[in-house]
Amino acid sequence: MSTIVKRVTPLLAGLIFLYGIYIILHGHLTPGGGFAGGAIIAGAFILLILAFGSSALNLKKEVAGSSNTESIALLMVVVLALMALLFGTKVFFFNYLPKGEPGELLSAGVIPLYNIFIGIEVAGAILTIFLALVIFKEESSK
Amino acid sequence: MELTISIILGFMIIGAIYALHAKDLLSAVMAMGIVGYGLVICFLLLKAPDLAIVQIVVETITLVIMVAVVLDSTREELAITLDRRAILQMIAGFIVFAGLFYFFILAIEHLDPLGAHTLRMSETYVNGAVELTGSVNLVTGVLFDFRAYDTLGEAVILYTAALGVLTLLRIKGKK
Repeated sequence: MSTIVKRVTPLLAGLIFLYGIYIILHGHLTPGGGFAGGAIIAGAFILLILAFGSSALNLKKEVAGSSNTESIALLMVVVLALMALLFGTKVFFFNYLPKGEPGELLSAGVIPLYNIFIGIEVAGAILTIFLALVIFKEESSK
Repeated sequence: MELTISIILGFMIIGAIYALHAKDLLSAVMAMGIVGYGLVICFLLLKAPDLAIVQIVVETITLVIMVAVVLDSTREELAITLDRRAILQMIAGFIVFAGLFYFFILAIEHLDPLGAHTLRMSETYVNGAVELTGSVNLVTGVLFDFRAYDTLGEAVILYTAALGVLTLLRIKGKK
């Protein structure tokens, strides 16, 4: 890519990443949530890879990291849901943390935690698919 | 508002038809972009910003991947030859289309107009979600509390898709 793209992308990618985190953390207050925020975070990484080319990054290490991250995040969602069997009415996916004042950032019990882990899982999954396609193209063109 | 949505839907249909008939595959991909981004505006007009955010990001990422595929393979469409098999397939397609359209007309007679009537179950969700879940955003409240199994299933689908891509595109194991 050209010099303009390479100069502007690092400035924009950080802002897009922060916006994704905002969407995930405020998922129970404003439109958005785990799926939307995770896709935006994956978009920030994809923008960096598109601008700087695949040679600038160690892609093999990245794809291992992103697939491990998504696996652990999905496991954490299941663990959070299983922990509900220890409290209260003992139902899978029960909301066992205190609900708090509706409308504040720390409210709605476990829903923000689910949002965070689903967001990490979605970002990891989309990034893994993209990196797998890029690595396949790199290796088959050799 | 219905007029605006109708105009946008008309543009989307034109874009889809152009994508089918374009000689240049790159312009066909761009025409598919009209369909996706038109859907974003429709979601915003129908008051579904949650869906609009997801749609605009996913549409952009898919467009990037499709453009990469087109630039990497070929930009010209394959020529269609009309042999006996193609004609049989076209006849079968028309029969299936006619059947589906007949049942569509049967089904649409019993539907209410858009947004005129809410189901009994969703009324309970709409009225009691804030007290029951503590989440001000109704969509998140439904997704992660009332319908948490759905969300788990969706996350597992994405996980399986990533797993499938990693399995299909491996190079070292094939040798």
